[in-house]
Amino acid sequence: MIGVSDLSAGYGAIRAVRGVTLELGEGELVTVLGANGAGKSSLMLTIAGALKPTSGRVSFDGRDVTSASPERMVRLGLSMVPETRDVFPDLTVAENLRLGAYIRRKEVDAVQADLEKMYEMFPRLKERQHQAGGTLSGGEQQMLVIARAMMSAPKALLLDEPSLGLSPTLVDQIFQMIVELKDQGLSILLVEQNATKALQIADRAYVLRLGEIAAEGSASEIAASSNLHSLYLGG
Amino acid sequence: MTGFIQFIIDFLSLGGAYALMALGLVIVYGILKLVNFAYGELIMVAGYTLFLVGGTGMPWIIMAIVAIAMSVLMGIATDYVAFRPVRAKSVTAVLITSFAFSTLLQNGALLFISPRPRNIPLPEIFTKTVEIAGVVTPVRNLLTIATAVISLSLFTWLMRRSVIGIAMRAAATNFTMARMLGVPANLIITSAFAISGLLAGIVSMFWLGRIGAVVPGIGLEPLLIAFIATVIGGMRSLLGAVVGGFLLAFIDTGLNYTLPQDLLKFRDAFTFSLVILILLWRPEGLMKGPASGQRT
Repeated sequence: MIGVSDLSAGYGAIRAVRGVTLELGEGELVTVLGANGAGKSSLMLTIAGALKPTSGRVSFDGRDVTSASPERMVRLGLSMVPETRDVFPDLTVAENLRLGAYIRRKEVDAVQADLEKMYEMFPRLKERQHQAGGTLSGGEQQMLVIARAMMSAPKALLLDEPSLGLSPTLVDQIFQMIVELKDQGLSILLVEQNATKALQIADRAYVLRLGEIAAEGSASEIAASSNLHSLYLGG
Repeated sequence: MTGFIQFIIDFLSLGGAYALMALGLVIVYGILKLVNFAYGELIMVAGYTLFLVGGTGMPWIIMAIVAIAMSVLMGIATDYVAFRPVRAKSVTAVLITSFAFSTLLQNGALLFISPRPRNIPLPEIFTKTVEIAGVVTPVRNLLTIATAVISLSLFTWLMRRSVIGIAMRAAATNFTMARMLGVPANLIITSAFAISGLLAGIVSMFWLGRIGAVVPGIGLEPLLIAFIATVIGGMRSLLGAVVGGFLLAFIDTGLNYTLPQDLLKFRDAFTFSLVILILLWRPEGLMKGPASGQRT
């Protein structure tokens, strides 16, 4: 679904991603682990088209999409949930969701059906549909951005730290939801701080260190072989 | 009582015009975080279009529509000429290109038309007056109020109900995220400039209608008014622009009514002093608007 080869990207002189090669198969759930500053978010933004690569290639669904604009990536079927949890604070929950379906705005009925599905999945969002996005709690905002990303009916989803700053109960809920999405056939690339939990649900894992792939393998291999503490302390 | 009604009509008609001007400026600022200093020239372009089609003998309303359409086109042209080529560069670059475009248009008018005022055709109704509860007022004032109400309602409807409106509000707070939902950047920016041109075109009919003539420098005052109104209203908020426009009109009209005759020529000094006081009290403007981040 997503192929990344020898990808480098950064901000000015800072090279955040250095020659990363990774693969996300169809229907697969792959997690990218690493310490803060390992380049995980930059990698995700580069795949989504929000950050321009300096070298290397990105392909999506068999097409070369290196340096494609973010809006083109969404139209091709790639949806992104950024780490910064970007709800539009002055738009209502319903408006946020409606905007998520921007590329399908002509399919009124299908969008409405998906909206109902999202409200069913996240009853809290339905309760608050007329409230401004900025007034939601952190957990509700996270639900909102995930639901919003799903409204574009993507083939693949990039999830950047969906459990960041959430209570343990909510973290469980979010992870359960990720499993449900995978079961529906969605390909998911998941960046997580919570390595233990991510490895429990993922098929495969990559470990990123200082912008480079330090290890890769099946989730159980990575869980068994790496010292997760050293992973996060950058050791 | 009649004085009060007179005041209300004057205030509302001036406020309506100011609010539309401010909205036209802030719609672009909200999305690009850049002030379009060639904004006043949209009003000039509408005025000269009206002057140029004046001899054709078309009904006035058709001429007005042509003029407003020209203003919309010029708004879009501003984006293509002054903003798009340097948008990703520094703020200073766009500041200079928008000033340059403004100067270019003004000098074009000087060179190809005339530095002297040119009369524009006005509909008969603009010269009429009407009596309401003992107050004689130009019909134009009432038309300004009605147009402002209709335009503001349509604008609100567009921003709240249409997908493109929602997308524009979203892009104003977080442009990158809006793009990551598939909202095309260029479409949003061009729409903002088109709406800006539309509002400037509509307001120009009444603004120019007060004097009945157009000169190359006509756009400076509306630009200044729009800028001040958005600054006191809060640059990040569309509602703020409207509130700022009405507040500025309230100050202006209030001073017109209360200042003694020989101080009236210093009205602007009083207005700006009050604006400074408002800004000392609320440096971010009256309406905070959503915390929005980066220029894109």
